[in-house]
Amino acid sequence: MKLSVDGLIVYFPYDYIYPEQYAYMMELKRGLDAKGHCLLEMPSGTGKTTTLLSLIVAYMIENPFSVVKLIYCSRTVPEIEKVMEELKRLLEYIEKERNIPNTMTGVVLSSRKNLCVHPQVSKERDGKIVDGRCHSLTASYVRERHKTDESVPICTFFDRYDIEGREGTIPPGVYNLDDLKMLGQKMGWCPYFIARQTILHAQIVVYSYHYLLDPKIAEVVSKELSRNAVVVFDEAHNIDNVCIDSMSVKITRRLLDKSSQNLQDLETSVKEMRETDEATLQNEYEKLVEGLRHANEERESDVILANPVLPNEILHEAVPGNIRTAEHFVSFLKRFVEYLKTRLRVQHVVQESSAGFLKDCLEKVCIQRKPLRFCAERLSSMLRTLEIADLTDFSPLTLVTHLATLVSTYTKGFSIIVEPFDDKNPTVSNPILYFSCLDSSIAIKPVFERFQSVIITSGTLSPLDMYPKILDFHPVIMSSFTMTLARPCLLPMIVSKGNDQVAISSRYETREDVAVVRNYGQLLVEVASVVPDGVVCFFTSYLYLESVVASWYDQGVISNLQRHKLLFIETQDAAETSLALLNYIKACDTGRGAVLLSVARGKVSEGVDFDHHLGRAVLMFGIPYVYTQSRILRARLEYLRDQFQIRENDFLTFDAMRHAAQCVGRVLRGKTDYGIMIFADKRFSRSDKRSKIPKWIQEYLSDNLCNLSTEECIQMCKRFLRKMAQPFTQEDQMGVSLLTLEQLENEELMKKTEQKAHAQIG
Amino acid sequence: MSSSEDVLLQVNEVRYKKGDGTLYAMNERLAWILEGKDTVSVSHRYADIKTQKISPIGKPKIQLQVVLNDGTSSTFHFVNKQGPEAQMKDRDVVKELLQQQLPRYQAPARPINKELEEKNRLLTQNPSLLQLYKDLVITQVITADEFWAKHAAKFMQKQKAQAQEIGVSGAFLADIKPQTDGCNGLKYNLTPDIIESIFKTYPAVKTKYLEHVPIKLSETDFWTKFFQSHYFHRDRIHAGIKDLFTECAKLDDQELKQDINSGISDPLVDITSFEDTSLAEGYGITPDKPSGSGGNIVHQSMIKRFNQHSIMVLKACQEKESPKTNGPTADGQQTTNGSGSSSDTALKPPEEKRMRLKEKVTYEDLDTASSALTAPPLRLNLSKVEGYLQGSAPQSSYSMETNNSAADPKLRKDEFRKELTLWCSSHCGQGSGSVVKPAAAVSALGELTPGGELMKGFIAESQAQLVPSELQLELRNLYISMCELLRHFYACFPPTTPQLEEKVVKMYEAINRFHASRLTSFEDRVRAEFSPIRHHLTSHLHQLIAAAYRKFDTWKMRHKMFMR
Repeated sequence: MKLSVDGLIVYFPYDYIYPEQYAYMMELKRGLDAKGHCLLEMPSGTGKTTTLLSLIVAYMIENPFSVVKLIYCSRTVPEIEKVMEELKRLLEYIEKERNIPNTMTGVVLSSRKNLCVHPQVSKERDGKIVDGRCHSLTASYVRERHKTDESVPICTFFDRYDIEGREGTIPPGVYNLDDLKMLGQKMGWCPYFIARQTILHAQIVVYSYHYLLDPKIAEVVSKELSRNAVVVFDEAHNIDNVCIDSMSVKITRRLLDKSSQNLQDLETSVKEMRETDEATLQNEYEKLVEGLRHANEERESDVILANPVLPNEILHEAVPGNIRTAEHFVSFLKRFVEYLKTRLRVQHVVQESSAGFLKDCLEKVCIQRKPLRFCAERLSSMLRTLEIADLTDFSPLTLVTHLATLVSTYTKGFSIIVEPFDDKNPTVSNPILYFSCLDSSIAIKPVFERFQSVIITSGTLSPLDMYPKILDFHPVIMSSFTMTLARPCLLPMIVSKGNDQVAISSRYETREDVAVVRNYGQLLVEVASVVPDGVVCFFTSYLYLESVVASWYDQGVISNLQRHKLLFIETQDAAETSLALLNYIKACDTGRGAVLLSVARGKVSEGVDFDHHLGRAVLMFGIPYVYTQSRILRARLEYLRDQFQIRENDFLTFDAMRHAAQCVGRVLRGKTDYGIMIFADKRFSRSDKRSKIPKWIQEYLSDNLCNLSTEECIQMCKRFLRKMAQPFTQEDQMGVSLLTLEQLENEELMKKTEQKAHAQIG
Repeated sequence: MSSSEDVLLQVNEVRYKKGDGTLYAMNERLAWILEGKDTVSVSHRYADIKTQKISPIGKPKIQLQVVLNDGTSSTFHFVNKQGPEAQMKDRDVVKELLQQQLPRYQAPARPINKELEEKNRLLTQNPSLLQLYKDLVITQVITADEFWAKHAAKFMQKQKAQAQEIGVSGAFLADIKPQTDGCNGLKYNLTPDIIESIFKTYPAVKTKYLEHVPIKLSETDFWTKFFQSHYFHRDRIHAGIKDLFTECAKLDDQELKQDINSGISDPLVDITSFEDTSLAEGYGITPDKPSGSGGNIVHQSMIKRFNQHSIMVLKACQEKESPKTNGPTADGQQTTNGSGSSSDTALKPPEEKRMRLKEKVTYEDLDTASSALTAPPLRLNLSKVEGYLQGSAPQSSYSMETNNSAADPKLRKDEFRKELTLWCSSHCGQGSGSVVKPAAAVSALGELTPGGELMKGFIAESQAQLVPSELQLELRNLYISMCELLRHFYACFPPTTPQLEEKVVKMYEAINRFHASRLTSFEDRVRAEFSPIRHHLTSHLHQLIAAAYRKFDTWKMRHKMFMR
């Protein structure tokens, strides 16, 4: 349908529209008009992606000069592929409606592993190996060598692309991963580099968070993207963790041993080069003296990781004298690695700031701050000069230099923690040095500054006011939308006690209690016996899952469960879990029904949808608090308290509740879908927890559903399922949760829907 | 012993009950004569012999036992002086001869009983049929032949149709409940079903069984070993114990690994490829690999076993179908296409993946086109609600439909659909308001069930709880028998042929008899043993019978008029 949103003609590739989609568009348009950042929460399954895409694309058509680009970031590869599929549909629809051939280009960028078409390299499963082998076939000096010596292998796809494809642009259209590969096969060009090139001029770019948030990668990939762009972070409920992760580094003893090995290799290659090709080394030195940041002309294929610090923190001056010569630099690094080794030789936990670390470093091994800041760049320059074929071999040393650069650049918002052993088995010495970022706003700051509109959206962002605080930005629009439903297709419940009236809770004190574990088991068995098809359960941690399953086995819960449905359990091995998942789906498809035991914060809870029959009920056993004894977390909490005045408990609860919401939200993937959400912990009914559940779930969590026993919960389930089994047609939805164009244009209805769909505007 | 019989075989030095003698195999019987006597001490007719048994190899005594039909047996001990080998030879000669002779005498007895046996089997296998038999034949409401010809027809037919593959219960291992026998032992109850399930799910065990059981181990020993094995208790680690089933565990693991390596066809669940970064380890603060350091290995292997078990159960059930539906096999090919992009295969995008994504992305309720495909469900539109709720005599026009055109199901389906639309359109106009809307009905029902709004403070006390269960069972049986009779009664209408007419009368009489003998006696009993208020228990049955009588009377009247 073609609808007008506040005067903007939006092409929406469906015949009907949900009221909340319309409201979402209104807010989004306001945000774009104001050229500001937005924070929008809309339930999963209400077509967020298609709403976002159609409005922003329409905005770009209408205002071609103010917004030239849409950068859409999502989290997982399947999510990205789904976005591409929706984009395809949208552009096809627009082309048909406007009757003008499409001029827009939409392209996806993914890692080499997903795009490579080289007959041998693409066979590799590990992304790191693919990157390394690709580099060894495409680096500029390798190709230089190939020109003189035919036996040096190069990648023909890259070569042909370099010769033919660099100038031209690919015809407009939408290119997903398979399209790019097909194009690459057809033309004989490398799809990865086609994509890298195309994102510069494509109107719509879809890729994962890291390409924008991780400075090491963003500097290589996204440096030249236009500033007049709208950036969308979808599924952004975890964005702060991504930010923190991208700035953090950890060093183990094994890694340091490998770096020492790397340094020896470097030393020999420097020596060799000194003997055979003195001129090159001299040349590099001269350039460094002249203050050119990059001693070599950079080609896109040469760099895998850039400087780990943010662009505005990079020093634009000459590399200090004491690390300019290759030999000096190698010995400098040797000293630093040895220093790190001594730091790992501790018997107790050490926590200190970057400044303290630098001071200690200066005292012990006389390494100053300034040369440390150049470490990362100096190493990459040297690796290029030495024409190292496979850079992945040197990844340990690269990591060490990144640590050096990070620790000397940032004095605030970071913390160094050395743990001599794992808390769980204190007898095994396994020292790790964590350099952890405490402030999630550091990594995302350049994104907010650089792009005119950044939209952070997800199905579960409640409580909304937390995000502006921890990401340190000022949104112009902050809204939470609920789901208009023609029938109450979700049934959230808080089960606080078992049939024996023992309170159930995953509190640390009671979680191993036999009665609690038994009550959890009983609840699951009863649910499995009344709910058809798929049932998904989430535990607070993997360890807890393990111990509960073991006691369930002893109590006979497992065999009772197996009488009703097949049982699948998430394991720590991703491949094994995938297989279990595949079979879980198969079991649901064949009508056998299955139970999946999974872990909050695990891969399943973050990336797999259980729509329709794959998830008719979801149980959240306990509140998924993060492991609070972790020192990294403690440091972060302290920092949040001091810097942003966020109380520890508030943050912990916020974090736990967003994960719980994420877990239970997995079952409801649309308005025709229905599902039961059971929060099995007494503490959920407290107002501080309950109020942090997303609005669209809270709305249906009435007071009489907040303190149920197992039996009562089962009665509710039965009633609910019977209601849901009734035929549900489009007419039932029409006018309530589904609008036609006429209804939309009807002024009065519009106001009403806006009121309905609106929870708050910040 | 009649001298007319030929002696087929004579074996000397055979001991029977501590006396040495000679064993004779005659034309019709097996006989033994004590040494030095001429009267026959033992004589068994071949027809009387059920089976023969021989002593296992390796036993010191070489014996042959014949078991008679009446359960008694005689054991002959071969004591040839030339040693065990000769004894064995003697025994084998007798055994072979018996093997040839016995079937000849057993065979003719069979066919007579076969039909009866078959019927007997049917009755034992179908409790509902047995009940019907008891109610109708034993009480002499109808004759046995009639019963078999008409009422059990579908059971007889089913016999011919191919038996449906029995699935595997997910909990079959849990159903083998070990019981302590009181003296430090465990008893496992194995049924043939469970054994079948084990074989289906764990093919490796089956091959082991086939390898070992008749030759190296007895069946009980095999299963004892199975239950003792590390394999069965894989979660409880006994390190280093090697037994029969170690290999099985390895095979299973291999299979699982192979499945993992063959890749996951569905991109949406392949967790390994979710992440789109390929940073070396060391970046980020989340632990790279949990490496199982904190976990309990016993628990982990147990979890793995549960997954494996479920996967294998699923596989066991699907193996049979896979060649027909090209689901799993096609999947496998798709993956190789998708990941390994060797020259030409990668040129065509994996369609399946696209379809899967598209399916995830489309919102069917936002579209008119797609929702039109799923036609609105047909609503039941009733003109006579009472008729629907209480069950009345069917309209004669519908009883025409017999199963003569069952040959072409597709044709029938089409016809049925056509009829349904016709029926719908003719009934839609009138009385659509007479029925409560389903949604309203369900919500009312919901409120009326325990836990609902209207049931607050109500102690669930219904008829079901007031009537004792044995009475319920009896009542149910009555209903079943009654309905069976009525079904046949109504199936005769309209009686167009003389045979049908005859049958109507017959069925009418049968119902009459049923009414008189079974129903009345039941009512009397209820009245005597339980309070007379329970009379309404059978009121519906009476209604049914009355309706049938009315039907019959009207038909008879018309029939008479017609005849005149």
